[in-house]
Amino acid sequence: MSMDKVLEVINLTLNFGGLCALDNVCLEIKKGEIAALIGPNGAGKTTLFNCLTGIYKPDAGDIFIYPPQGKQHRLNNLKINQITALGIARTFQNIRLFSGMTVLENVMIGRHCRSGAGIAGAILRDKGTRDEENLIVNDSYKILEIIGLDSYVNDLAKNLPYGAQRRLEIARALATEPFLLLLDEPAAGMNPQETKELEKLIYQLRDDLNLSILLIEHDMKLVMNLAQNIFVLDYGEEIARGTPQDIRKNPAVIKAYLGVEASA
Amino acid sequence: MNYFGELFFSGLTRGSIYALLALGYTMVYGILSLINFAHGEIYMIGAFTALIVASVLTMKGFSSIAIIVLAGAVAVAYSAAYGFTVEKIAYKPLRQAPRLSPLISAIGMSIFLQNYVMLAQTSDFLPYPNLLPPIPFFDRFSSVIGPSELSIVLTSAILMILLTLFIKFTRMGKAMRATAQDREMAMLVGVNVNRVISTTFIIGSALAAIGGILIASHTGRINFYIGFTAGIKAFTAAVLGGIGSIPGAMLGGLVLGLTESFATGYISSDYEDVFAFALLVLILIFKPSGLLGRATNQKV
Amino acid sequence: MKITDELKKSLFIALWFILLTFPIMVIRVNTIDQVVVWRWTNLFYVGIGSFTLSFLLQLFLKKRNQSAKTISATTSPLRRLLDEPKFSRPALILIAIFTLIFPLIFSHYQINIMTTALIYVMLGLGLNIEVGLAGLLDLGYVAFYAVGAYSYALLNYHFGLGFWTLLPVGALLAAFFGILVGFPVLRLRGDYLAIVTLGFAEIIRLILENWNEFSFGPSGISNIPRPGFFGINLSSEQSAIYMYYLLVVFCLLAIFVIRRLKNSRIGRAWNALREDELACQAMGIDKTKIKLAAFALGATWAGIAGVLFAAKTTFINPASFTFMESAMILSIVVLGGMGSIIGVIIAALAIILLPEYLRVFSDYRMLLFGAALIAMMIFRPQGILADVRKKYEFHKTNNSRMTR
Repeated sequence: MSMDKVLEVINLTLNFGGLCALDNVCLEIKKGEIAALIGPNGAGKTTLFNCLTGIYKPDAGDIFIYPPQGKQHRLNNLKINQITALGIARTFQNIRLFSGMTVLENVMIGRHCRSGAGIAGAILRDKGTRDEENLIVNDSYKILEIIGLDSYVNDLAKNLPYGAQRRLEIARALATEPFLLLLDEPAAGMNPQETKELEKLIYQLRDDLNLSILLIEHDMKLVMNLAQNIFVLDYGEEIARGTPQDIRKNPAVIKAYLGVEASA
Repeated sequence: MNYFGELFFSGLTRGSIYALLALGYTMVYGILSLINFAHGEIYMIGAFTALIVASVLTMKGFSSIAIIVLAGAVAVAYSAAYGFTVEKIAYKPLRQAPRLSPLISAIGMSIFLQNYVMLAQTSDFLPYPNLLPPIPFFDRFSSVIGPSELSIVLTSAILMILLTLFIKFTRMGKAMRATAQDREMAMLVGVNVNRVISTTFIIGSALAAIGGILIASHTGRINFYIGFTAGIKAFTAAVLGGIGSIPGAMLGGLVLGLTESFATGYISSDYEDVFAFALLVLILIFKPSGLLGRATNQKV
Repeated sequence: MKITDELKKSLFIALWFILLTFPIMVIRVNTIDQVVVWRWTNLFYVGIGSFTLSFLLQLFLKKRNQSAKTISATTSPLRRLLDEPKFSRPALILIAIFTLIFPLIFSHYQINIMTTALIYVMLGLGLNIEVGLAGLLDLGYVAFYAVGAYSYALLNYHFGLGFWTLLPVGALLAAFFGILVGFPVLRLRGDYLAIVTLGFAEIIRLILENWNEFSFGPSGISNIPRPGFFGINLSSEQSAIYMYYLLVVFCLLAIFVIRRLKNSRIGRAWNALREDELACQAMGIDKTKIKLAAFALGATWAGIAGVLFAAKTTFINPASFTFMESAMILSIVVLGGMGSIIGVIIAALAIILLPEYLRVFSDYRMLLFGAALIAMMIFRPQGILADVRKKYEFHKTNNSRMTR
């Protein structure tokens, strides 16, 4: 596994009115790494994701990505869809599936930025367009098989059980062929069995698809099992970083989560 | 009295009416996030009702003052009732629906009310009597501002002050502000949201009715369609000032009235309505939050 | 005797409406002639009407609450009928035959009405792209219609160009306006987008009405030539038939193109845009491109309809392009079931043809529209025919087969 970085965040700062949501946050993800972003609620984790994916524009600082195939890019002023096209995909904390569309179609949407048929193609349905459509359908189905959702293929997304919906978000993000996958609380609301399967899935994605993964999570067991590197935020600032062993014993982290008494 | 001054006071008069109407739009939008398309029609119904009552009373030989007071009171009561009813029929069932549904329902209600009045009364323009109370004191200022214009401006100002006091100091006013900020939370702390919403519609409709009577008296005519143009313009004023903001609606109304007046006076009077629409389009494109509004951030 | 609750409520509601509508319904005022007319019978109509309606409504709601099904779960009987190939195939053939021989059976007057209905079918299908597929609430669609009509009329007047030359020109100009309108409103949400488009349309109409040197103002443009048929001069009856077939062809073209668009990469992207604009962008879709595409494609059909309208009526003026028109076309889309092509066609035909053939209601047409819009949104927001998602079929082979 190469030790090149794929993502570098330097002194990222974001203010909402008078509130400082992110204060000089620095982060680095290496290729093939599974990293975790943890911290109490309101620490700024999802805000950081939103900056990385172009939903918020940071007030100061830089975000650089280093795609394995391709040149370095500065993400600061790019549009949301441009960032996705460059190879960063995400899931949402509150599920944002296209609920009226089928499971397959949700994944097919992910293939949009990796295909090119336009208006003319749509109307004429020439061979090139038809082949591309078939490819999209097949590729999407394959992804569903990987994630284990192929039995739901023609069901409406809104009719899926909760755990399946969370996995569909991941499937959809995968369809965009990212090199870096951002997962926002993928295990939220899952029972221990589902969480175990999720853990296996994330390993599988990293190994089989050569992904680098950054996840926000509150499930500490999952984080400790999966992550090679952990960043801890509190009130928009980094309070610790390191391996799971380091973080587990770090007094600042314990204090942030549990209060002063526990660290004594 | 120079041209500029004339235009200024004429703009002030228009602006006052727009402000009165805009308040209804902004209050409803603040609480329900709904553009009450039918609000203009409430304004028109208020003016029509006053006309009907005034005509009947005139035939029965009531005194001028009695006619003005009774027609005004009945019109306000009726408009409030119409506003209340419209909300219960067209908006209440759709409170949980996606945003498109109540908007289309509002358009439907607007079309319905317009045609209702047109079919029940007439599609012609009808002459409108002067239902403004004659106050001889005002004639003193007639070199600067006409007495009817002065009545309009003063009435509007008084109403706006009363509304502001109401919103700020009464229990219902506080409940309205709370509901506008966060409807669910207001429900959880015990605010009767249904009553708040009904009150909002009632107050907005009452103001619209007064506005309708004032302007119809001033222009001297009325027809079933006046609600549409006035409605769009009042909505422009509400957006201009910052939709959801009550002082914004007042400011927006005045700005729109003055802009229209000066534009028609110095540029062209044919394109009078174009100025309002153009202003609306420009504001929504460049500063959708308006003059006094704050852009809201959606939690992702 | 639970029914007394409903009766009491209905009585109360009836009284409320009698009181509410008393001034406007009972007292007709005419200040021109200084006359006041009292129509006491209206009291009874209002009372009985509102009593009956509210009573039926309460019964209906009670029944609906008792049955376990939700609205979205029930497929309408019409949809189930259409899905049944034993019904749909012969029905389609019958409709095709009827459409073909229509002008041979019916009179000149009725052909004209049907042609008008077909124009609205096209307008409904075009607006459906913006509202139904992409979720962009356009309240100013009539502006593109006006662009098409006026570009034909004016370019013909000034340069003598013919129908067939100007048809694509009208379409392209309308598409261009679509992009022009779409561009500044890209950031706007639902309601704001609606109002701005309404504002744009009104500005265009007011300019057409007042800039006499350009558009000939309220008196409009007349003597617009009808479409040529290989240079032969047609009588007005023959021309009407010709116009009818032209409209049928163009409607079929619209149906074909829109179906293709719906079930394509861009159709899916529009669907995603409509469901969740943010998630749509996060999945790599350029919302600017697809929004502008929706406006442009939607506007194109309005432009074509405009040229055809001008050629059919040979006279246009700004009064044909009011907000009411936009509202009516929107009604067609909403009532038809947003996104559903067949639904829009049925709705357009119903809205235009019913008032013609139920003459007694024609004055009340707009009144019933308004009421229908409200009722539809409350009881059946998905329209006559809810849109149906395409199903993809899989057998574990390398190629996939898509059904329907």
